[in-house]
Amino acid sequence: MVDMVNRPYERAFEQHALANPDVLCISADLTSSCEIDKFRDNHPDQFLSMGMAEQNMMSFCGGLGLAGFRPFVHTFGVFTYRRPYDQLMASIAYPRRKVRIMGFLPGITTPGGMTHQAIEDIAVMRSMPNMTILETGDATEVESICAAADSIDGPVYCRVLRGSVPRLFDTPIKVGEMREISLGDDVLIVTAGITTEEAMRATRALEAAGVSVRHLHLHTIKPFDAGALLDHIGAVRGGVITLENHVTEGGIGSLVAEVMADNGIGKKLRRLGLKDTYAHGGSRAYLMRYYGLDALALTRGVEDLLGQPLGITEEDLAQARVEAVHSLAKAEGL
Amino acid sequence: MRNHQTTEDIALGIRRRVFEHAMRNNGGYLSQACSAAEQLAWLYNEELNLGAPTLPMIPKPFGGVPHADNPDYHTGAGYNGPFEPDLDRLFIAPAHYALVAYATLVETGRMAAEGLEMFNQDGSSVEMIGAEHSPGMEVHNGTLGIGLSTAAGLAWGRRRRGESGRVWVFMSDGEVQEGQTWEAIQACAHHRIDNVLAIMDVNNQQCDGAMDSVMEVGDIKTKMEAFGAVAVEIDGHDLDAMREAVKTPHEGKPLIILAQTNPFHTMPILEERFPRLHYVRFKSEEERARMNTSIAQSLGVDPIDYAH
Repeated sequence: MVDMVNRPYERAFEQHALANPDVLCISADLTSSCEIDKFRDNHPDQFLSMGMAEQNMMSFCGGLGLAGFRPFVHTFGVFTYRRPYDQLMASIAYPRRKVRIMGFLPGITTPGGMTHQAIEDIAVMRSMPNMTILETGDATEVESICAAADSIDGPVYCRVLRGSVPRLFDTPIKVGEMREISLGDDVLIVTAGITTEEAMRATRALEAAGVSVRHLHLHTIKPFDAGALLDHIGAVRGGVITLENHVTEGGIGSLVAEVMADNGIGKKLRRLGLKDTYAHGGSRAYLMRYYGLDALALTRGVEDLLGQPLGITEEDLAQARVEAVHSLAKAEGL
Repeated sequence: MRNHQTTEDIALGIRRRVFEHAMRNNGGYLSQACSAAEQLAWLYNEELNLGAPTLPMIPKPFGGVPHADNPDYHTGAGYNGPFEPDLDRLFIAPAHYALVAYATLVETGRMAAEGLEMFNQDGSSVEMIGAEHSPGMEVHNGTLGIGLSTAAGLAWGRRRRGESGRVWVFMSDGEVQEGQTWEAIQACAHHRIDNVLAIMDVNNQQCDGAMDSVMEVGDIKTKMEAFGAVAVEIDGHDLDAMREAVKTPHEGKPLIILAQTNPFHTMPILEERFPRLHYVRFKSEEERARMNTSIAQSLGVDPIDYAH
């Protein structure tokens, strides 16, 4: 079974910040929720509490950037762009300040409901000139997100997983690349964040049903390497399906659609995700089932894409285990 | 860098330049020159510790926005001199005062008069609402209320680096309607940021008209002190009052000078347009001519020959 890693961000941030004195730890009253409470207690000189005041925090961080610091903003993703959108635009994105926005609780990974669920953050950030977007899908990516984000010459928005996080990969994020998880030739599945584990589970069942799956995992959403995606689209017969923890407008589904349209690719595309809807409060597993973001929804989507029933059941998926990372080493190395 | 002119002369020169510009262009930010000329003249001619300009006297054309593919991009901060640890920085928080700020640069020898001719011309960097790349600007402040927060962040960073230079903000009173202004003051107080200083043009005017008719803000001084600033109220046309106010002790707190001003100071005929003073566009040739004669007389210059 897959390894679970407890609080990978906590260690990764401390390690990165201590090695980089111009990195500052910024918090907006969600310090323990963002796993930086120990950092606050152990390294108070590198920690700034900005309180529940996100508009000031964003412009303030723009000023810190002007002074040559690289602030890491920690709060729930939704609070980094809904209320302080104007400040994010004018004080951070426009002047390309090196502010690293660590957005926790991406999509439906929280029972907090509409006010806490960042379901359109990628769409917002993709439309913001100068912004880079990274998303973590496993513990290894969380462990490497600080270094990856801090390597960017400009502002970065990161979707960060917290708490107990599965380890799916054994290599760090390489900004600008994508992970090739499997290289079949019937359908191309494109996922990011928590939907990748679902797709890995679905892949087992799909392969068992005779479907050859090509699966890409995106950690770098902007800028995006369209050329690599086109090669993968060209390598499958049956079309493309995306599954995202986000609305289907403006996220990775749109991204893939744009690349296909821009390049005149006439293959079928199915975009799975939140379909022009808000979510509500509930457990992750419940919400993923309710809104069609899980492995079962993906297999149904592949059936639709291929136009044939595959007979995959919930029980098949429950038995489709995602193995510990080292058993995936070969796939990773492809 | 001290100018040889007196600050009074510079304030008058700012108003004359803004007046001339408004006449030639059939309107402009005249009222802002009335209220703010002393404040900007005092900052540039006396209070700010700035180095010599590092950018050409005649501004370069628009050179593109910040982007990874635009490595030569720079802001307009060079008109305020270089970035040095001991030198001050200035943000013009209400970028709508840009015309007045540009006129100040001309009067203090930091920009050629030709720069004002480029105001609001297509392809020019001398933009109507001061942009980052406009002369004397370092950050975008056209969205009101973000200037003090940015200054606070920069000031915190400069203090941490051991720099003695201060961060000054020229503010407008309308900005106190924005919640961010109060967030910024409480953050300064919480982090004991006292190397940020501001002077606010309290002219009681905003785009829709008199502030009390748009949104009453109450006693700004009391509110600022409650949020953790040291606030000093002065007559914003009294230079000696500014000179005294800045000496007010403010350890661990930002100092905000509330300059109470008259939006038609030195141009009394503008009162005819009250309460719509934000941007004065002449309604008729008759009004334009009448204002030309009246304001020229008030400022001690000949009427502007705007037909040529």
